[in-house]
Amino acid sequence: MNEISKEAAGLLPLPPATFHILLALADEDRHGYAIIQDVEARTGGELTLSAGTLYRSIQRMLEQGLLVETRDRPAPEDDDERRRYYRITALGTVVAKAEARRLTQLVKMARAAGFAPGKA
Amino acid sequence: MRLYDWLLRLYPASFRNEYGGEMRPLFARRLQQGRGAATLGIWLSTIGEVFVNAAAVHVDLLKQDVSYTVRGMRRSPGFAITAILILTLGIGATTAAFSVTDFVLIRPLPFRDPDRLVMLLETTPGYAGMELSAPNYRDWKAAATSFESLAIYTGIAVTMTGGSEPRRLSGATCSADLMPTLGVAPIVGRSFTADDERQGAARVVILSYRLWQTEFGGDPDILGRTLVFGDAPVTVVGVMPREFHFPSSDVLFWVPARFTGGDYQESERTNNKFYGVGRLKRGVTIERAQTEMSLIAAQSERQHPRENKDTGALVYPVRDDVSQRSRLLLLALSGAAGCVLLIACANLANLLLARALGRRRELAVRAAIGAGRERLTRQLMTESLLLAAVGGALGIALAVAAVPLLAQLVPSGLPISSTPTVDLRVLAVAAALSVATGIVFGMAPVGRAGRSPDLDGLREGTRAGGGQKEALRSALVVAEIAASVVLLVSTGLLIRALLTVQELDPGFQAAGVLTLQTDLPLPDYNRVVTREAFYARVVAEVTALRGVTSAAFISFMPMSSFRGGMWPVSVKGDTDEASGIRSANNVAAIRYVTPGYFKTLGIALKRGRDISAGDSRDRQFAAVVSESFAKRYFADQDPIGRHFTFAFADREIVGVAADVKFRGLERKSEPQVYLSSQQVDDDMITFYAPKALAIRTGGDPAALAPAVRDIIRRANPKLPITDVQTLPDLVDRETASRVVQVRVLAAFAAVAFVLAAVGIHGLLSFAVSQRTAEIGVRIALGAQRRDILAMVLSRGVKLSLAGVVPGVFLAYAAGRSMEALLAGVHPADAVTIAGAVGLSVLMTIVGTLAPTLRALRVDPISALRTE
Repeated sequence: MNEISKEAAGLLPLPPATFHILLALADEDRHGYAIIQDVEARTGGELTLSAGTLYRSIQRMLEQGLLVETRDRPAPEDDDERRRYYRITALGTVVAKAEARRLTQLVKMARAAGFAPGKA
Repeated sequence: MRLYDWLLRLYPASFRNEYGGEMRPLFARRLQQGRGAATLGIWLSTIGEVFVNAAAVHVDLLKQDVSYTVRGMRRSPGFAITAILILTLGIGATTAAFSVTDFVLIRPLPFRDPDRLVMLLETTPGYAGMELSAPNYRDWKAAATSFESLAIYTGIAVTMTGGSEPRRLSGATCSADLMPTLGVAPIVGRSFTADDERQGAARVVILSYRLWQTEFGGDPDILGRTLVFGDAPVTVVGVMPREFHFPSSDVLFWVPARFTGGDYQESERTNNKFYGVGRLKRGVTIERAQTEMSLIAAQSERQHPRENKDTGALVYPVRDDVSQRSRLLLLALSGAAGCVLLIACANLANLLLARALGRRRELAVRAAIGAGRERLTRQLMTESLLLAAVGGALGIALAVAAVPLLAQLVPSGLPISSTPTVDLRVLAVAAALSVATGIVFGMAPVGRAGRSPDLDGLREGTRAGGGQKEALRSALVVAEIAASVVLLVSTGLLIRALLTVQELDPGFQAAGVLTLQTDLPLPDYNRVVTREAFYARVVAEVTALRGVTSAAFISFMPMSSFRGGMWPVSVKGDTDEASGIRSANNVAAIRYVTPGYFKTLGIALKRGRDISAGDSRDRQFAAVVSESFAKRYFADQDPIGRHFTFAFADREIVGVAADVKFRGLERKSEPQVYLSSQQVDDDMITFYAPKALAIRTGGDPAALAPAVRDIIRRANPKLPITDVQTLPDLVDRETASRVVQVRVLAAFAAVAFVLAAVGIHGLLSFAVSQRTAEIGVRIALGAQRRDILAMVLSRGVKLSLAGVVPGVFLAYAAGRSMEALLAGVHPADAVTIAGAVGLSVLMTIVGTLAPTLRALRVDPISALRTE
């Protein structure tokens, strides 16, 4: 296990909000409101992050090195001066993958126990 | 939105500053989406969400700061250990000292409305407080309107038989209304009733919680049980609560006082037997009660001019039944603890200031990379509070462990338990103290760190800046030195006082004497001949033991639990002849002895002879008197052969003995009269019949105890044997509270000494390290080592002088205020002050040594290279 994956393993399991934020940032840099919208869309309105939960998670994720604030702004017409944009880091990607793996394992076990549909 | 802004304030400022600007529009947008009733739902969920998230952010920050602090402490454990140690000592010492002081002087007594409880006593010239006589009690109680109720009590001791061994118990005789007056009811059974006071009523007893537990194992069926007190059966009717101690903690039971017509005869008016305790009516002040009682006493004097001559009344709060000496002892202790706390706080402040200066660069770097002022403040506060919490917890643990050791400082005559406890209020104060220390001294470095960005801090080779800060630090060290001088001088004075007291001549030679107390129960020992047979047998057998040179019985050992026993003296031709009126001017201590008492105790016989076996009942009644007695009544005459009336009989002086301090080393004792144990009528004055045995041996007195016990048990197996102790132990108890106080003060002074030395050391080390470059330059420019040495030393000496001079003056003031404790040692005692100043010089040298050496070792080249 290399240094990064060791560090990643130490952060698991991820709180749901953290995992969703990582998913929202997987394809592009987003600002806070965009993250909320993405999460809401992705979960079909099931999960609406509150401002407090969002920024608390972001603060912690910045400290853990899962995100960085980015200075590269998107196209000027989309930009809003007041907004901060966030980008997933290499560690963030590794952590998100590790969490996904962990969840898959969990689902496999649930299937074997007959708790979930699909092949055993 | 105003509400939302307010909610945002729940977040730490650093978080709010960072994200608040983004959170507001997010929330505004959300509000816009919801309409009507949904708005309320959004608000409610937002309020809940903010509370949860804000708390979580706070916890995150706390975790961060704590782990940062712990890492920092691991890197420089010296700072953390020193700071925690200082806090532990400061808070521990203060809490322990204040707990005991609070316990004795301040905490409300465990009675209902204790502020309304007062003592009522008689006064006569020379005696500020004397027991009430039964007739005066009856008359005064009937006339007084200030009291809701007025009760009386007096101490007694009985021998309880029926167990495996006879036991001597201390208790109190009281009027039936004592418990209701104090407002405390038994936890089991009932209080006394007026019926119990009647002559001929069944004898009853109420047990103390302690006696119930120790002697009867807390037996739930104790009520109705019959005990044997002396030779009379008594029935248990109640048990008092655990915290009820009245009048003092050694009282184990209460029996009702019984009055007969005889108790109220005029002749009884001078028989002062009872302490009065009353509950004032609501709204009645002590002053008003005192005024009323004085008027009643004056009236009483007019009605009974002979018996009540010069008799007044005295009313004072029960709480004040603490001797001036005990009070001072405790106040001195608290003052000393305050000094230690002051020194500890000054030291800690200094330590934190120095650390803040040392960390300027670190903080400046953090500020430069974006940590806000608030974030740094919070970080530093967490650090100080963490130190304060650890120090406070250890300090409280120290106090809890130390308080029982201070039990000797609790005077025994108080209606409180004899073991002090740390109480919750004092603990709360100590906890608040630790937190306050954390906040106050946490702020000091913050003041510096806050001015961000502190660019000075980033500059390489910053020279010692802030002369103002250094002045503050110097002032703190000066205060420490002054406080430690006060402590050193006070301790020195009290040590001198202790030595003075220990060197006082008690009037006897204690070494090599064993003493014990027995009881001669009535009516078996009513007759003199029975008692004499017992004395003769015991003394003969004890004297036959190896090493024993002599043995004798006396009414009461000097300095033992009973120190009173005054009887009026009338010398033929005296104006007050045979009047029986007692005043301080005409009383003497009455003691019956068996032959050989003076030899046994090593009391010098100045004139004449000892009481002898020949002083029997059919001969002229003889008396040996003390020197002060001879001087008082026969100043310029030869006392031998003179006569006086004392204890119902004419006595002829046959000898003069040295004065004995029977009331205690530090108290004035009345003149003494020793009478022959044979020269008393049967059934008379049995209270003073000799029951204390003293044995002088050439060997170890304590080793004699088993053999002596055997002898007494063979003589009469029913007799209790108590208070077996050597005479030196008995005398040592006189100074026990002083010894404890001196030890505690010495410990405080030692702590103060070390802390002050640490303070000097810290300040000078810091100054030297800040001036390394300057010293390097000076050396490079040709300054001699001698000059450098002078530079550092003069700084140390100046600090020391600045502290010592005011310290000596303050110490003198402290000494003056506790003059009553000093046993005649002058508060400006030259030896003590010289000693304290000498120690301060030593302290300065110790504190200055290391920094001076470091300054001398400064290498100009490397010192300049860092610049």
